[in-house]
Amino acid sequence: MRVKVRPFARNGEGRRLPYFYPGYGSTVKRAPKNRLIPLDHTLSEVTGPVFWSGPDTADLTKGHGGAPLGERVILAGRVLDEDRRPVAKTLIELWQCNAAGRYRHPVDQHDAPLDPNFDGFGQVVTGEGGEYRFLTIKPGAYPWRNTYNSWRPAHVHLAIAGPAFATRLITQMYFPGDPLLAFDPIFQSVSDPAARERLVARYDPELSEAEWALGYRFDIVLRGREETPVENG
Amino acid sequence: MSERLIPTPSQTVGPFFHFGLERAEWSDLARSGTPGERIAIEGRILDGDGAPVADAFLELWQADAAGRYSHPDDPRFDETQGSGFLGFGRVFTDGDGAFRFLTIRPGPVAGLGNSLQAPHIAVAVFARGLLKQLYTRIYFADEPANESDPVLGSIEDMSQRNTLLAVRREETEIPVYRFDIVLQGPEETAFFDL
Repeated sequence: MRVKVRPFARNGEGRRLPYFYPGYGSTVKRAPKNRLIPLDHTLSEVTGPVFWSGPDTADLTKGHGGAPLGERVILAGRVLDEDRRPVAKTLIELWQCNAAGRYRHPVDQHDAPLDPNFDGFGQVVTGEGGEYRFLTIKPGAYPWRNTYNSWRPAHVHLAIAGPAFATRLITQMYFPGDPLLAFDPIFQSVSDPAARERLVARYDPELSEAEWALGYRFDIVLRGREETPVENG
Repeated sequence: MSERLIPTPSQTVGPFFHFGLERAEWSDLARSGTPGERIAIEGRILDGDGAPVADAFLELWQADAAGRYSHPDDPRFDETQGSGFLGFGRVFTDGDGAFRFLTIRPGPVAGLGNSLQAPHIAVAVFARGLLKQLYTRIYFADEPANESDPVLGSIEDMSQRNTLLAVRREETEIPVYRFDIVLQGPEETAFFDL
């Protein structure tokens, strides 16, 4: 059976991200040394999981006996592709540490308290316009053993399914004006400043709710399609 | 036409993702009882020193036993409706870098031009130390169609090609295929530029 496949674009800055990046020490023994093998997109790459169900857990501040400690924040935006087309009904998973900089994870031994009222994960499926919204608390900065006295800037992890296996994106969202960004090798691994700015949310007074929560807007841009379809079959 | 937007770059999943991403049921892709040969696939993820990668996970994407993807771009998508088979999985490594997932053996799917691709499972590897995912594919070493698979055929180095072949072992319950992933070094797995 012949089938037309529209490949995804290969021009994004994210694609130029290195695997070997010694400033981030964990890459040194985990980066492949061989050149990646070019793979023209087939039906296997342009399809992917698109049917999502399960609970909408967009409010990370509820579900416990009390309110979590920290600065309440609304994180909202749209998932689009490079051509500004909204990506509807796609799964976004979010996870983060608490306001003190501690993850609810057995391996995290940072000497900061866990918050009994905060687990730090949630998920939503985007609306028809690609829109999403989470209510959470602002995560804290925390130390990590990359080099002596390294600190990660406050960040939220986001996993976006997208329309195909080839568009799968896992990234981190940062907060504007964080002085740690200049020193963070994970953030700085993106060499193009304009692409780096994609990772920083924008404070949005329209999104903030009076006497309640600060609003940050963060649009997520996935790979778009190539112009020309190719035949599979 | 307006200029294209800059895509959002990837950032590493870091070491602390389990509590946010783990869904135990997603390590059985055939949990809906879809028709096909039930198999297990297991292996380890190793780094450039041969050390286990304990903070990693795989995402898996495959066609059903008839080679149909549960996605609207597949021309036979309508036939997949109602089976409950999504073809997507996620599995985490343990302290030994080991993983194991259950699925059904996929059928062959359309390739470029007039070609047919041998049965395979698309794999994305995520871990601390990977700024973005690595893509590879699991093929089945006992599959005759591998001979004419265009993707396998594009890999000239035979030892590199062989890193994509999962090897079958009969066990009492269900057949088990072994597939190790070596991130770096002489046994390095073949990874694709998608």
